[in-house]
Amino acid sequence: MASGLHKSEVSNPVLRWIDARLPVVTMMQKEYGTFPTPRNFNYFWNFGALAMVNLLIMIVTGIFLSMHYTAHVHYAFDSVERIMRDVNYGWLLRYVHANGASMFFIVVYIHIWRGLYYGSYKAPRELLWMLGVVIFLLMMATAFMGYVLPWGQMSFWGATVITNLFSALPLIGQDIVVWLWGGFSVDNPTLNRFFSLHYLLPFVIFGVVFLHVAALHITGSNNPLGIDPKGPQDTLPFHPYYTAKDSVGLVAYFAFFAILVFFFPNMLGHPDNYIPANPLVTPAHIVPEWYFLPFYAILRAVPDKLGGVVLMFASIAILFVLPWLDTSPVRSMRFRPLARPFLFTWLVSFFVLLYCGGMPAEEPYVTISRVATAYYFLYFLVILPLLGRLERPLPLPESIARPVLRGGGPLPAGAVGKPMEKA
Amino acid sequence: MPKGFDMTFSLKALAVALGLAAGAALAPAPALAAGEAVKLPDVRFSFNGIFGHFDRASAQRGFQVYQEVCANCHAMHQLSYRNLREIGLSDAEVRGIAATVQIVDGPNDEGQMFERPGRPSDRFRKPFANEKAARAANNGAYPPDLSVIVKARENGAAYLYALLTGYEDPPADVTLMEGMHYNKYFAGHQIAMAAPLNEGQVEFHDGTQASVEQLARDVTQFLAWAAEPELEQRKAMGVKIVLFLTILGGLVYAVKRKVWADVH
Repeated sequence: MASGLHKSEVSNPVLRWIDARLPVVTMMQKEYGTFPTPRNFNYFWNFGALAMVNLLIMIVTGIFLSMHYTAHVHYAFDSVERIMRDVNYGWLLRYVHANGASMFFIVVYIHIWRGLYYGSYKAPRELLWMLGVVIFLLMMATAFMGYVLPWGQMSFWGATVITNLFSALPLIGQDIVVWLWGGFSVDNPTLNRFFSLHYLLPFVIFGVVFLHVAALHITGSNNPLGIDPKGPQDTLPFHPYYTAKDSVGLVAYFAFFAILVFFFPNMLGHPDNYIPANPLVTPAHIVPEWYFLPFYAILRAVPDKLGGVVLMFASIAILFVLPWLDTSPVRSMRFRPLARPFLFTWLVSFFVLLYCGGMPAEEPYVTISRVATAYYFLYFLVILPLLGRLERPLPLPESIARPVLRGGGPLPAGAVGKPMEKA
Repeated sequence: MPKGFDMTFSLKALAVALGLAAGAALAPAPALAAGEAVKLPDVRFSFNGIFGHFDRASAQRGFQVYQEVCANCHAMHQLSYRNLREIGLSDAEVRGIAATVQIVDGPNDEGQMFERPGRPSDRFRKPFANEKAARAANNGAYPPDLSVIVKARENGAAYLYALLTGYEDPPADVTLMEGMHYNKYFAGHQIAMAAPLNEGQVEFHDGTQASVEQLARDVTQFLAWAAEPELEQRKAMGVKIVLFLTILGGLVYAVKRKVWADVH
């Protein structure tokens, strides 16, 4: 073998020729074939792979939709209806894309919850976690701009409300809004740039996902016990074990997705978005898509506009510093008897905010939103930092292999009988 | 969805909100559009449910109602006459229907616009040249385009049927604004459209009695088809795909068990 070439072990001569010069086959084998993965994943660990699949579905359907879509205020609405009626399987493309956005957020919210519950954000995975938060932010921007494109009533008024948030910034706020709009109201220039950015951002997301996965393959995956693998007895090669397990989750995900697309395609959308945008008629209630409702509730919980905007952005920005706010060295909530109920209460506050965000800004929803918002921040800023010092965690298992293997001796209370732990 | 959710904040309210939040995770947005929630009459349509399909005869009668009643004010500009073949009209019938309207076409070789009889490829003719003309003819109100009206209203078809049959005399304590009509299902109860359907208003070709309920039912069937012409194909495909995924899921799970058998 000539010097300077990668020493490939691929048997197929053509593949070996390529692999010696560009070791993609070796890389795939290393990262997705033999990659040592903790043996005790539960089904929560499916959701990273599901998010990846979801992103690809969105990009593919989006590319085909954009071939038929017209980004102009006079034609956008009708071009979407034309896709629904005259483009071959256009209704399928559009419903998969529209519901795919909801699926993406469902998957990513569960993925984030997995990280919160099992402490996946803690050292050494801080940067991995932060890249994930970047992806989440990019997803929100992309989804928001995508919702504007059909140019229905909620598209227009959602865009108006959200872009107007920037006007709360002192001094430069109004100028920024005009700059974002490309004019003095949400209009054709706004629609055009939103379409451009909506097409661009998914590829940026793809890039950050690559970094997210690259960082993951340096630190390796966390696991439900939150302890590090201590040797080969604690891990399994990714293939076939986790390719098989991810496939189970993937089929379940497709089934859920299919039920949404084929039987309830408009359930998660707002009927008003089938009314063409009209700048002269304001809808009775302007609501964002369901996945923004928790943050919308935080925005509205604050009586001051700037305060609301700041708090809304802070509710996501706080995730960036979470690895340093949580002072406990124990990752998995299974071994944190005090922190666990507080985290579940945080989850409750998230759902309460989601509910209140969809309700009109009146009592009792405003007060409920305020209480839930207060707890949302209290958990990160006060409870987690304090608990690291006050809490006495349960004893951690010696290794991953021992509590997983049958008859592996006495187990910590939290390590068995989890509903998701079928594996 | 709960309106008039009149409760002061308490732990109980929080618990209730929690329960609702679970539902809200699935269907949060639709909670908002309707005014005071009046219970809609319980009507079932052939297109409801996972095996839903359109009742061709009803949709054809509904088209007749649209054409003879609604089309005087409401456009349906997303539809072409050729689409009517999908509800079972023959080529000749579609051609005949299209030919009854005059369409402005052009310019011709002399640069002049001209009128010609409609063709199946033409979009449904609009009753008014523009929104201003529509408002001028309707006491300032704008009759909305009905192409996707079933998708553009909360509870779609059920709401539409309710609205069309929901006209009644206003209660004693309600004073109607000038030119408005009382409808118990319309948000705010005051609607500019006068009761559009009257008994015997349309003479159906197939001899069906044209009661108000029948007219409303048929036109709703037609509008549901117009809004979601893909519905039958979509649901049929969905049934097959869900069945396929169920079987595939079983197989994949069996494979996974086999692969993992030596680990447990």
